[in-house]
Amino acid sequence: MSLPLPVTSPEVFDRVASWLCAIPHAATIGIKFMQGERGRVTMMLPWQEKLVGNRKRGVLHGGVITSLVDTSSALSIFSLLDAPEAVATLDLRIDYLRPATPGKPVYCTAECYRLSSEIAFTRATAYQDDSNQPVAYSVGTFMRGSSHAAIGKAEGGPATGAGNGGAA
Amino acid sequence: MSSREHFEAVLAESPYAQLLGVQIHEDAGGVYFALPFQPHNIGNDQLPALHGGVIGGFLETAALLHLLWLRESEELPRTVDFSVDYLRSGKAETLYARCSVTKQGKRVANVLMTAWQDDPARPVAVARAHFLLSAR
Repeated sequence: MSLPLPVTSPEVFDRVASWLCAIPHAATIGIKFMQGERGRVTMMLPWQEKLVGNRKRGVLHGGVITSLVDTSSALSIFSLLDAPEAVATLDLRIDYLRPATPGKPVYCTAECYRLSSEIAFTRATAYQDDSNQPVAYSVGTFMRGSSHAAIGKAEGGPATGAGNGGAA
Repeated sequence: MSSREHFEAVLAESPYAQLLGVQIHEDAGGVYFALPFQPHNIGNDQLPALHGGVIGGFLETAALLHLLWLRESEELPRTVDFSVDYLRSGKAETLYARCSVTKQGKRVANVLMTAWQDDPARPVAVARAHFLLSAR
């Protein structure tokens, strides 16, 4: 297990973290930033009635977990970058390990465990009270430098998510 | 209950599907799904592009509803795993989806999903998923 280090560029990271939470869909479902270190971030999603997939079960819809995992995984890449750039989700696989308990927030810890010049490889775990009882596990890949507009650029607001609207 | 009424009833029970704005349609090719553009589904406001999570959530919802349509059952399948490939940026327009069931067993179904906007031959995303149809 590796011991934590600070994010590579706090300036880039902080800007991207707040931008990812402010983009319309993230704000709509209420994704919040919790903490970040080099290669690893945690975000959270408060439970809300409107995010339930099926009223009878009261369980969060898988799509909500997808958004949380996508956003956290994208942010984990920025904890390693020293300059802003665009990233776009290439693919995301999510295993739903157990239903999320209604009424409780979901946390997602994501790691970028390999950053090559073209591709970032991520993995993420979504959990509630007990990180040993995860709700979902995910692996993803992201394309780097996928658009002219870079996430985390100072003026004009951070841009993109490029290929799919997905890095975001 | 007609299949349309049945779908509407299922949708009414799903706050998240309503939040996204998922619609169901039928044509000669069977059932397909539409997600009219809404500003709160944006994931990148500069392009603008649909959020990857919205595209994934839409496809997962489509697959669940597709299974209900095939099985004509009330019980909602449960997602075991879901894997989505993002191929193009989702523009600020209606997103469509069609599903096909690769294998439907007694307990598990494998479903493929495709999402597109102006041209079905140019998909925005493709996905595959396993669903648990009934618990033991």
